[in-house]
Amino acid sequence: MSEQIFLLPDVGEGLVEAEIVAWKVNVGDVVTLNQPLVDIETAKATVELPSPYAGTIVTLHGNVGDVMEVHKPLITFEVGGDGPKATTADVEAPPISTPSVEKREAVLVGYGVTNEEGIATRTHRRQGTSARVIPPTANAPTSASTPASSSPRSTPPVRLYAKQHGLDIATLTGTGRDGLITRHDVEQALSGTPASTPARATAAPTGPLTTSRFVGRDLAPWATGPKEERIPVKGVLRSMADAMTQSAFSAPHAAVWMRVDVTRTMELLASLKGRPALGSTKLSPLTIVALALCDAARHYPGINSSFDAANGEVVVRRRVNLGIAADTPRGLIVPNIKDADQLDLVAMAQAQAILVEKARAGTTTPNEMMGTTLTITNVGPFGVDAAMPILPPGTGAILAVGRFAKAPWVVDDEVVVRYVSELAMSFDHRQVDGALASRVLAHVARFLEDPAAALLVG
Amino acid sequence: MIDEELVQLLTPEGERVSHPEYESTLSGEEILGLYRDMVIIRRLCNESTSLQRQGQLALWAPVQGQEAAQIGAGRALAPTDFTFPTYREHGIAWCRGVPPEDMLRLFRAVSNGGWDPQKYRHSVPTIVLGNQALHAVGYAMGVQRDGAEEAVMTFFGDGASSQGDVLESFVWAASFNAPIVFFCQNNQWGISTPMSTQSKIPLYHRAHGFGFPGVRVDGNDVLAVYEVTKRALESARVGGGPTLIEAYTYRLGAHTTSDDPTRYRIDAEVEVWKHRDPIERVKSLLVREFKIKAGVFDDIVAEADVLALKLRDDVLAMDRPDPRTMFDNAYATPHPLIDEGLRDMVELGVGGGAH
Repeated sequence: MSEQIFLLPDVGEGLVEAEIVAWKVNVGDVVTLNQPLVDIETAKATVELPSPYAGTIVTLHGNVGDVMEVHKPLITFEVGGDGPKATTADVEAPPISTPSVEKREAVLVGYGVTNEEGIATRTHRRQGTSARVIPPTANAPTSASTPASSSPRSTPPVRLYAKQHGLDIATLTGTGRDGLITRHDVEQALSGTPASTPARATAAPTGPLTTSRFVGRDLAPWATGPKEERIPVKGVLRSMADAMTQSAFSAPHAAVWMRVDVTRTMELLASLKGRPALGSTKLSPLTIVALALCDAARHYPGINSSFDAANGEVVVRRRVNLGIAADTPRGLIVPNIKDADQLDLVAMAQAQAILVEKARAGTTTPNEMMGTTLTITNVGPFGVDAAMPILPPGTGAILAVGRFAKAPWVVDDEVVVRYVSELAMSFDHRQVDGALASRVLAHVARFLEDPAAALLVG
Repeated sequence: MIDEELVQLLTPEGERVSHPEYESTLSGEEILGLYRDMVIIRRLCNESTSLQRQGQLALWAPVQGQEAAQIGAGRALAPTDFTFPTYREHGIAWCRGVPPEDMLRLFRAVSNGGWDPQKYRHSVPTIVLGNQALHAVGYAMGVQRDGAEEAVMTFFGDGASSQGDVLESFVWAASFNAPIVFFCQNNQWGISTPMSTQSKIPLYHRAHGFGFPGVRVDGNDVLAVYEVTKRALESARVGGGPTLIEAYTYRLGAHTTSDDPTRYRIDAEVEVWKHRDPIERVKSLLVREFKIKAGVFDDIVAEADVLALKLRDDVLAMDRPDPRTMFDNAYATPHPLIDEGLRDMVELGVGGGAH
């Protein structure tokens, strides 16, 4: 018997890390060759890794959600005497030590090289691990990419900027990456101040010692964390940033909102609670809101539309893929329930439960986040009354639901205590106008005010 | 979705159907041979995907779903014909006699090719999209000038059909009536580009515009692919000029191991094509018409498993070549830029005692 360590392979031509999505084995399990071990998510894909050994799992070197470095231990096995020969993922480990200035790009067959996404700073990360980095020697070129006689490193726009201001950039020292002369360097030189500013005296840290979640990670407390922290924009954060930027700067947003008496919705939920027909299915106000929004779409299909600027068309869809904004440990994601308009009360509740469970567990597939037509964001659990949401790209409307709370309400000219919630709906004003949005929201409100009657009408 | 001009001799359910121009000439034994080829190539492909996921290959291009297109075409070739593949033609390479481990050398990054093209009459994989069509037409024009009775066949996909190289090679082949068969596996997706974007007309219609015949065959029907390809090759060998064959098929897996198809296509579409599986329909024909027993199929699966384990062992045992050898075949004679690249590499600490 001997121990074998399975190093996280580069499954995607130039990737440097992958996140553990789900373990399919436990320590102590006996596994066969090619048995699925783990799902990992890379910048390119979520893939399943099959076992390279037949043997027993000794150690899992990470937890779900951990981002693991390529070519670092992932699983330790105990294997029989005549186990497989190769022990490590050695295909990509280059015998070549490359200068640290180099950047490698992930190249996918058929895609070619791009400057977007997945630019792997492999050599930088590898420096501590490869043990093959050779220090420059006297007769080796100092940099493979810079001919000795070249002009100072800068970019054409900055060179032009310097030239226009009568500045010879050969006199400057670059502060950019690898000594690159930046626009900032030129500006500093023109204003006569040194490029680097001395650090100010640091004040003693004060503040609470609590951590808080932000962009899918735990932020260090105010008192003890660094004064400034830079967090790479990637993964779920990148998706959120891209989607919101795209939507905010392409779809003119407008919104309508109203307060609604949801007492009867609460009563309906209470009356159905524990019914045998429901089994283990749990109903929530969100279930009724989802049914209400789908019902509104059936009456006003225009709300279930998207604006296809490229083709000069508005696309109206007669199926609702209902997006549910989900606050997950990794950040905000918006998976959707396909054909939600076809679902009844119980099926909707079950679909929501599955969606939330998968989102929390991090097993939502890319397909489950594609094709959303309408979205609900439920801010009530955070204790707020309303929100002004941004549309997921390519959708017609998004409904924000505030908390369901008791409030004074006028019924038959009497002020009484009722359960009240505030609904706010943002819509893409290119194809949806205020009149349509108002009708849709009023329809949702009527449904919640009297769900029994709405269900009767169907 | 499939139009009526599609040549099909065996339905997805394994029922024979007649076609006015083509009929199957294969015996039960030969059909069983095609079945064995398809099962083995799928098994070897699965093992290769696993090897990639285990860090033993840099990349792999799966062939699942396209076995009938490749085995049907590959078995229609004569030993003297010459073929020019892309990086997905593992089934063709198998039919040409290339040892499976040699198919993986390129993907393990220990070779620029993997085998001797002359030995197997099968060129090494071309990664540059559609480029091999030009090589193939040039080779075919050479065959023509030799006066040899050989055909040349080149392979590409629906994505590469939009490449200038492929369309230029159509022009040259037509102008010189070259002895070539253009075998396009339309697997419906050029990475993430759907067929509906790739071409507004069926791909085989394009041939007519260039002045040679085009035919669409059910690429998941190995019997039909075999007959259609055989006829096109025979025509090429006797001066009939080029033919475009569009094998209408589907890539069940990812474009390559670097791709995640769930990001751009829906499960329902994949499910539809799983019902058109190229292997299952042949199995049901063999059972029903030729009374092949379960034990025969079990033996083939067992044989495929043995081959897969051998492939694994062979791959894991491959030596890493001296990195300097990667420059060896770039030019036939010394070249100053190659010499410079080699020198730089050595100065950076490479070469020498690599293994």
